[in-house]
Amino acid sequence: MLKDITLGQFFPGDTLVHRLDARTKLIWLLLYIVALFQAKSWWSYGLVIAVTVLCMAVSRISPKNIFKGLKPMLFIIVLTGLLNIFYTTGTPILPGWIVTWEGIGRAVAMILRITLLIAGTFLLTYTTSPIALTDGLEKLLTPLKKLHVPVHEMTIMMSMALRFIPTLIEETDKIMSAQKARGADFETGRLIDRARALLPILVPLFVSAFRRADELAVAMESRCYHGGEGRTRMKQMKLQSIDYLALIFGLVFLAAVIVLRHFGL
Amino acid sequence: MTVIQFEQVHFTYPGEEHESLCGVDLQIEAGTFVAVLGHNGSGKSTLAKHMNAILTPTEGRVLVRGVDTADEERLLDVRRSVGMVFQNPDNQIVANVVEDDVAFAPENLGVAPEEIRRRVDEALETVGMSEFKQHAPHLLSGGQKQRVAIAGVLAMQPEIIVLDEPTAMLDPQGRREVISTVTRLCREKGMTVVLITHHMDECIGADRLVVMSNGRIVADGAPAEVFSRVELMEQEGLTVPETTRLLYDLNAEGLALPLTALEIDACAELIAEKIR
Repeated sequence: MLKDITLGQFFPGDTLVHRLDARTKLIWLLLYIVALFQAKSWWSYGLVIAVTVLCMAVSRISPKNIFKGLKPMLFIIVLTGLLNIFYTTGTPILPGWIVTWEGIGRAVAMILRITLLIAGTFLLTYTTSPIALTDGLEKLLTPLKKLHVPVHEMTIMMSMALRFIPTLIEETDKIMSAQKARGADFETGRLIDRARALLPILVPLFVSAFRRADELAVAMESRCYHGGEGRTRMKQMKLQSIDYLALIFGLVFLAAVIVLRHFGL
Repeated sequence: MTVIQFEQVHFTYPGEEHESLCGVDLQIEAGTFVAVLGHNGSGKSTLAKHMNAILTPTEGRVLVRGVDTADEERLLDVRRSVGMVFQNPDNQIVANVVEDDVAFAPENLGVAPEEIRRRVDEALETVGMSEFKQHAPHLLSGGQKQRVAIAGVLAMQPEIIVLDEPTAMLDPQGRREVISTVTRLCREKGMTVVLITHHMDECIGADRLVVMSNGRIVADGAPAEVFSRVELMEQEGLTVPETTRLLYDLNAEGLALPLTALEIDACAELIAEKIR
């Protein structure tokens, strides 16, 4: 059950998308999201879908993996769809019905929008290692340091959190097994009973997480960690020509969507 | 040359009345392999934590290559020359990829990227983990994780490496891997090694054995010499190696054997010679 968590999952590979600099991909995601929210007509949605499918094909990420990631969001997607169907006024599909043609149109558009939004985000995390991602984020946010935003601290916390996810999942599994061996029941009963059964897992998990954090802090200090000042990186990030090409492609894509919107298409 | 010097060090953890270290005097010479043995609560971990200024003495002082560990201005100098490896390998690995973790310390020290790359490759080579460079640390075995942790410290290029019960959470295979790596560091690279442990068999290969009990040093000398004081060791709740035990028991039966043979072969030879 815990193995299904896809947060921060990364599928190593050597495709064009994998080779792009993390910063390029982060900016791309930003352009993609703006484009997605600019899309109004079916033409522009078609364009966004085409670009998404193209990226998926180039990065060799199978749609199956994307859909697996969508599963936990299914409830929100369906709910958004239903709300839009029932709460949009316009011409009813049959006389006297509450469901309108406009409602169905908006529901489909909303569902597409959420699905594409998640799919785009997954394409980023599936093709970029967490370290590269946090490094890229730190580099991109560097200008904010001038405003005293603790960019380095934020990104190092992020990468530590990502580092400890598998360790803590492993630990949770261990605690659950230990509790099960002593007769704990996590699978049956009402929702509230099951939630209560989780308490004996959470308490030891938190206690150990705090102990780990303490030991980790000492270990980091022992290895001369003293904040981001004067720190160098082994892996230097360098924008290649494919990065510039990808960025130009991203800008053209966004421009195309805006132009389509301008012409009411 | 003395690289670490404890001068009448007393230490009490904040909020506790009981002293964890009560007047420790200790000098560690460059290039030696020193094992510190003691049971739980003997103060051996506290001693280790004084060696790179994680803890500073309540009384007395600790000098690392002549630098007082209480001098905050020179904290980085102390930590750079004394690498620490801890008990739990999971809690000292900071990155999701082995080589990124090994690069952590030199990155903190502001070393140039090409130099970091060179040090990382060299450190991983030294501990025999080069082929796992790109692996995720949580998928490695305990012994391998601990070797990565050692590499992470080596990349800092310290002169002294202090290991605080590095094998306590490992299986026998992992323990052997770690101990042989550490022994090699001392013998081949000439590093000063301080190994804190409660496994007496890990001390056999050391140059010097320090036994701690209740915050005090109760024995200090070559392992064979220290282990031959069987009564003292037992009084401190520590077992002696099986070879020493056997020779000791034989002596109780009237054989007058020296207790200095720690290796199984040497011990067998000694007994064979006697009864021939």
